[in-house]
Amino acid sequence: MIDRAEVRRIAALAHLALSEEEEARLAGELSQILSYVEKLKELDTEGVEPTSAVSARAVFREDVVQPSLPAERAVANAPASVGTAFSVPKILE
Amino acid sequence: MPSTAQRQIPREGTETWEPVLGLEVHAQLLTHTKIFCGCSTAFGALPNHHTCPVCLGLPGVLPVLNRQVVEFAIRAGLALGCEVRDTSVWSRKNYFYPDLPKGYQISQYDLPICEHGRLTLPSGKTVRIRRIHMEEDAGKNIHGSDGVSLVDLNRAGVPLLEIVSEPDIGSAQEASDYLKTLRAVLMYLGINDGNLEEGSLRCDANVSVRRAGATELGTRAELKNMNSFRFLRQAIEYEIKRQVGVLEGGGRVLQETRTFDVAKGETKSMRSKEEANDYRYFPEPDLPPLHVSKPWVDRVRRELPELPAARLARYRSLGVGTAEAQVLVDERALADLFDRTSAQYPDAGKLAKRFANELQAALRDAGLTLAEQKATPEAIAKLLALVDEGALSGAASKEVLLEMVKSGQAPDAIADAKGLRQLSDLGPTEAAVDAVLARTADEVARYKAGKTQLLGFFVGQVMKEMKGKGNPAVIGEALKKKLG
Amino acid sequence: MAAADICDLTLAELSAKLARRELSATEATRASLARTAAIDPKIHAFLRVDEKGALAAAAAADARLTKGRPLSPLDGVPLALKDLFVTEGVETTAGSRILAGFIPPYDGTAVARLKQAGAVLTGKLAMDEFAMGSSNENTPFEKVRNPWDLSRVPGGSSGGSAAAVAAREVFGTLGTDTGGSIRQPASLSGIAGLKPTYGRVSRYGVVAFASSLDQVGPMARTAEDCALLLFAIAGHDPLDSTSADLPVPDYRKACERGVKGLKLGVPKEYFVAGMDREVERSVRDGIEALRSLGATLHEISLPHTGHAVATYYIVATAEASSNLARYDGVKYGFRAPGAQGLRDLYLRTRAEGFGPEVKRRIMLGTYVLSAGYYDAYYLKAQRVRTLIRRDFDAAFANVDAIVCPTSPVPAFGLGEKSDDPLQMYLADIFTISCNLAGLPGLSVPCGFTAGGLPIGLQLLGRPFDEETLFAAGSALERSLKVHAKRPPL
Repeated sequence: MIDRAEVRRIAALAHLALSEEEEARLAGELSQILSYVEKLKELDTEGVEPTSAVSARAVFREDVVQPSLPAERAVANAPASVGTAFSVPKILE
Repeated sequence: MPSTAQRQIPREGTETWEPVLGLEVHAQLLTHTKIFCGCSTAFGALPNHHTCPVCLGLPGVLPVLNRQVVEFAIRAGLALGCEVRDTSVWSRKNYFYPDLPKGYQISQYDLPICEHGRLTLPSGKTVRIRRIHMEEDAGKNIHGSDGVSLVDLNRAGVPLLEIVSEPDIGSAQEASDYLKTLRAVLMYLGINDGNLEEGSLRCDANVSVRRAGATELGTRAELKNMNSFRFLRQAIEYEIKRQVGVLEGGGRVLQETRTFDVAKGETKSMRSKEEANDYRYFPEPDLPPLHVSKPWVDRVRRELPELPAARLARYRSLGVGTAEAQVLVDERALADLFDRTSAQYPDAGKLAKRFANELQAALRDAGLTLAEQKATPEAIAKLLALVDEGALSGAASKEVLLEMVKSGQAPDAIADAKGLRQLSDLGPTEAAVDAVLARTADEVARYKAGKTQLLGFFVGQVMKEMKGKGNPAVIGEALKKKLG
Repeated sequence: MAAADICDLTLAELSAKLARRELSATEATRASLARTAAIDPKIHAFLRVDEKGALAAAAAADARLTKGRPLSPLDGVPLALKDLFVTEGVETTAGSRILAGFIPPYDGTAVARLKQAGAVLTGKLAMDEFAMGSSNENTPFEKVRNPWDLSRVPGGSSGGSAAAVAAREVFGTLGTDTGGSIRQPASLSGIAGLKPTYGRVSRYGVVAFASSLDQVGPMARTAEDCALLLFAIAGHDPLDSTSADLPVPDYRKACERGVKGLKLGVPKEYFVAGMDREVERSVRDGIEALRSLGATLHEISLPHTGHAVATYYIVATAEASSNLARYDGVKYGFRAPGAQGLRDLYLRTRAEGFGPEVKRRIMLGTYVLSAGYYDAYYLKAQRVRTLIRRDFDAAFANVDAIVCPTSPVPAFGLGEKSDDPLQMYLADIFTISCNLAGLPGLSVPCGFTAGGLPIGLQLLGRPFDEETLFAAGSALERSLKVHAKRPPL
């Protein structure tokens, strides 16, 4: 059901690097789980509304400025930063 | 179905092609705070000085909606003739990029807040608006040195309206007109500052072509981030030619994203590998559906300001010429200043001409924006009165206006300080005429013999005699009287 | 009072002693820390202990208690938190390597409310990574042991929370429950645990797993203890758009109500072949005890029970795949060293930072949301979820609460189920529907197996009717006195 090519496609979308062994294993596990969840097809859900956000009331905030985090704290946990900016490697072409 | 007023590009020996264009405009909203948190939206702060756990996408945070964003969206929807949905839904658009801290953007997908509107262009053409929705902006990637990019999340979470047109636009010029007209509406509503260069208003163009008379749409390319009216036109024109070239050569147009290389005047493909991005939209579980009540919509409708089209009609009815009216309407602040000034100066048509020409020129020469310039409505009205009564020549009034714009001083004071007043009084004029005629007996004789074109010579001499301060009309009258 | 005896007190008993100044908060905290130091090396419930912070909080509590001005019944009571709760200045990892070293700059709402109540927070507790698991075996760290049998799991994902309470290291904890992660470990570890109604407690400051299912809840020795904890943390939060704006009743008082006239539904789908015999008998005995206390029993049917696990594993993994996209090595946590370019950074950081179960669920969630599959999986599952909710609505037209087992099996051995993900998922069968329907659920200890392993009984209630659950759970506890038994540590 889910072959290795499909596993690679999903892993690319999810930005996960997988080893060969992981790819093979996941193909099997995902296939097994997806076969199981196929059982939902047995049910007739014609005209049934999907459950949306469980609470019904809209909630708002007023447009009034609140204090921001000091910039040093904003980047304090960053693995790499330059001044108060986050630093990442460039996209390789 | 696209409308029929299309511009067609004839090609030698082959059929004609019809461009089919749609525009997607992203407008940053002029709220004080971001869409889902209380951080300031003010521009120009140092990196990450306007961030908090929510807009940084820290673990455990949740979004809370800024009511003013909805208010502005309703305003835009009503001004653009849309239906405002009583229930709209938030969605997550999932993709990875460093300027997108949560790894998804909260937007609206299936059920946007507004749909099915229209925008009428000055040409009379109507472009349908498919949808308007709210979403959060991403941060900024800044190129650093040594293979590194820097990420500033100040802009992450700033509220955006995305306005999507139907593919009703038929030419590059029409696209530019659409953007110009839409921009004016958004500025009039006070919800966007109209700044294309700085990116608070962004425009992408979807461009395709098809054989004239065909009903199916061709494959479209998306031109991203056209940040001036000129580049928008140039890019679209290039892209239309490019696509026609591809199709006539037997090839196929790729569905892709392209940017405009300003230097080369060409569009270029942006991405080849990561092209088809599967955004895996699903309803945002952290936000309940948005309910907009009829009383809310009705109140916004009642409070809508006079929009550009209505203003244009009003100016025309006051006697303002079409071209001048359009110039005024294109910039709300200019039209507002005009309205305040015309309360003190009755001839709207004349005033509009001055605004459209002299005032714009003065701003350019002074290097000032309308917001920065200092001339008051009272002063401008007074300046025109001075010209009307002959106290200032046309040329002198331009010089006075430039000074008014820079310093805010009254026109009388400036004219006096610079010695610009025209002498329109008859006494000094006649004295000067007498002096000139006394020493130009030959020319007087020739004039009386029939060389009436010498009048100009005499006017020039009298003006010189009056050290340039004469009023040409008054001089002319006096000369005619004396010469007979 | 001897330190060991202090630790045997329930939260409510300790609170009373603190109020009467028979004990000081500092003594209680020292006892708790000492017991943790002595016992936890066998249990591995704690990821980190904050001795300094705890003693400072205890001193502050004592200053208030000696003046007779406690902030609340929790003032001075030593508690600990599942490491899914964001705590300012204290490392928070969600049980994952990908958040190693993350020191949050803010406190979540539930945490802040506990601090405002004067509670003493002694540390952060182990869990299945990102709350994904039912045994606390999905961890790069030391696996938590069940205090009743150190070769067995405590349950999960709030395994550390359950074990720390059962081992008497602390007087109560907060856990989270997305598919049973409070109730199941409570059941396997012989303590009480409540998943409140969705929206009852703020999720702000809880590392998100599945946004429409996650709930914060108390875990403690008794239902009454849970009631005291819930009262302190429940209520509307303007920072959580899904939190309910409803008043918070006196949950402790509800514990005294009794069950006379209470109509209890017994769902036939919850007593099935394949259940552990001892579990079934113990739960039926518990149900019978409730009947003898005045409740009436009614057989009910929840017909879509068999589809709940499938529904859950589509909805929860889909939401999780999106919630976990932010862990990318850019802004916080782990970053894979030596990455070549941005894409490589993402791929390797996430590959090295996430454990296998997390990856599995991200993959599944990504798949069910991807183009072409959304309607067949995610949308379909959300419709079935409505059907499941309707089952409960129909049942609650006739009964006041539903009673059933919490887990089909008692605590299983370490490594016993971890090879077969699907088997592990099926163990959630009794807890999962409650999350899908957004209802409250309470697990209380109701007995032991012959081998001395705890068994839990579960009560499910109407939305925002935690009071009925406390009434029934507390009445059962008073009758059976199961919670008084200590693990043989």
